[in-house]
Amino acid sequence: MKGQFSENAEHMDVKYIAHLARLDITDEEAVRFQEQLDHILEHVRKLEEVNVDGVEPMSHAVPVQNVFRKDETRSGLNRKEVLSNAPAQHQHQFRVPKIVE
Amino acid sequence: MSDFHAKTIHELTGLLEQGVCTSEQIVRDLLERIEKTDSRICAYLSVNADSALAQARAADSARAGGVRKPLLGIPVAVKELLNVKGQPCTCASKILKGYTAPYTATAMARLEEQGAVLLGRTNMDEFAMGSSTENSAYKVTRNPWNTDCVPGGSSGGSAAAVAAHEAVSAIGTDTGGSIRQPAAFCGCVGLKPTYGRVSRYGLTAYASSLDQIGPITKDVRDAAILLQAMAGHDPLDSTSVDLPVPDYATALQSGLKGMKLGMPKEYFIEGIDPEVEKAVRAAAEKCRELGAEIVDVSLPHTPYAIAVYYIIATAEASANLARFDGVRYGARVEGDSPIDMYGKTRAAGFGDEVKRRIILGTYVLSSGYYDAYYARAQKVRTLIRKDFEQVFETCDAVLAPVAPTAAYKIGEKTSDPLQMYLGDIFTVTANLAGICGMSVPCGRTASGLPIGLQILGPAFKEENILRAGYAYEQASGFSLCGPPAR
Repeated sequence: MKGQFSENAEHMDVKYIAHLARLDITDEEAVRFQEQLDHILEHVRKLEEVNVDGVEPMSHAVPVQNVFRKDETRSGLNRKEVLSNAPAQHQHQFRVPKIVE
Repeated sequence: MSDFHAKTIHELTGLLEQGVCTSEQIVRDLLERIEKTDSRICAYLSVNADSALAQARAADSARAGGVRKPLLGIPVAVKELLNVKGQPCTCASKILKGYTAPYTATAMARLEEQGAVLLGRTNMDEFAMGSSTENSAYKVTRNPWNTDCVPGGSSGGSAAAVAAHEAVSAIGTDTGGSIRQPAAFCGCVGLKPTYGRVSRYGLTAYASSLDQIGPITKDVRDAAILLQAMAGHDPLDSTSVDLPVPDYATALQSGLKGMKLGMPKEYFIEGIDPEVEKAVRAAAEKCRELGAEIVDVSLPHTPYAIAVYYIIATAEASANLARFDGVRYGARVEGDSPIDMYGKTRAAGFGDEVKRRIILGTYVLSSGYYDAYYARAQKVRTLIRKDFEQVFETCDAVLAPVAPTAAYKIGEKTSDPLQMYLGDIFTVTANLAGICGMSVPCGRTASGLPIGLQILGPAFKEENILRAGYAYEQASGFSLCGPPAR
């Protein structure tokens, strides 16, 4: 499993990744984060040294799977509570910018 | 009687029981204390004076009516990441400025059911991302032992409030050390329960496979009391484990005799402050004198823990924080389209560290890099867990430092995120392995700053670390939390 990092893997395109995360960043932030994140990725590349052949990935600390509850109705938040923190609302719904022309 | 603020939960319970004071008097004393010192310490984001007094009066009349509960009338401060209905829950972020929680976290509901008085909301690193509480969007909390120093983080407000006697006890959360490290920096006891021991329902998620809620207190007995109140299965959190909760107060009495404690060589490395190493080794020696067997052990994958943690935690954070998009709650910056609105809202609402972690987490999950970073980190996480499983086959607990140094100066590490991350080296392992850990004061540096001993225990064996921690604390004389100058 060694050598999976591409040659430029430690140099990410910060603006593009930020766009994927729906996060606008300024040119100044892009430069600053680039330097800091390159530094962090350089450290993270230490993991290349570890032999992980045949090792199972661990996504969770407790081996719990498919937790079901009885299919019974129960009360949740009411509409007023749900909308109580909405930045914008209209007719008891969240208002958002126009999506479809 | 006006020094209630300097007392522990179990001392105050005794006073309430004897009728020496009322809960209302305790709360009023704490409010006075906060008024006097918090402009300097900045531990609180908000104080619930009215609701706390109302809860205190209700507790007093319940007690007068014969009601007895473990936390009846006892004040607890709560980290700003934990939802309590009707109270603010900004997560110390601008993006949630003005947010009022519409429901209550299970662990906080359990405290209230046991009679606790929720005193106020403590400062933290934004969304719990940080190790010094300097990433709060609202204020910088200061270490009560030296106000030029950080209190640690991310639960720095909780630890500083307890150390400054602005709270009798507090609740924090720990994703990579955020309870244990501030507790160590502020001279408190801090306990991170096993993953799955305490319900995460109502804890605003940072890294869902690592987050746990736990107590920050003045002594080990108080930590046991608060853990007892919060622990146990919750149908609202499917990762909370349905195992019986032992009686932790009983565990305190067993003593160190017969316990086998491991000292992992990977936790005593170059870069650790000699004063910290000396104090932790002296603590181990004390445990030996008290009857424990101390053995050298190895946790060989420790040097990779920071890399694994900052891949897994940021990956999970990037997904968890996608919910802050300006639609359902929090701030919104209007845009021409939803995507434009998301980008602008998140740019204005998140601070630098949160932005860095969202970018890093998005990157390690992105196509082409997933296998090299995220998948590999998950495998090394397995190896870190196996290291602990092997050690716990023969040891009841592990002794280690909490952090490589005592508290550092405010501003010292803010420009270099990697340096800040490396300070988490001894705490992230417990979260990755899903085990429990506690920080107990074990000395002070020459300049008077507290040093913490970390006691790590097997999954769902909090009784082991409480037992060892209590016996050490009783013998060590470092149990008194808070700087001498009050």
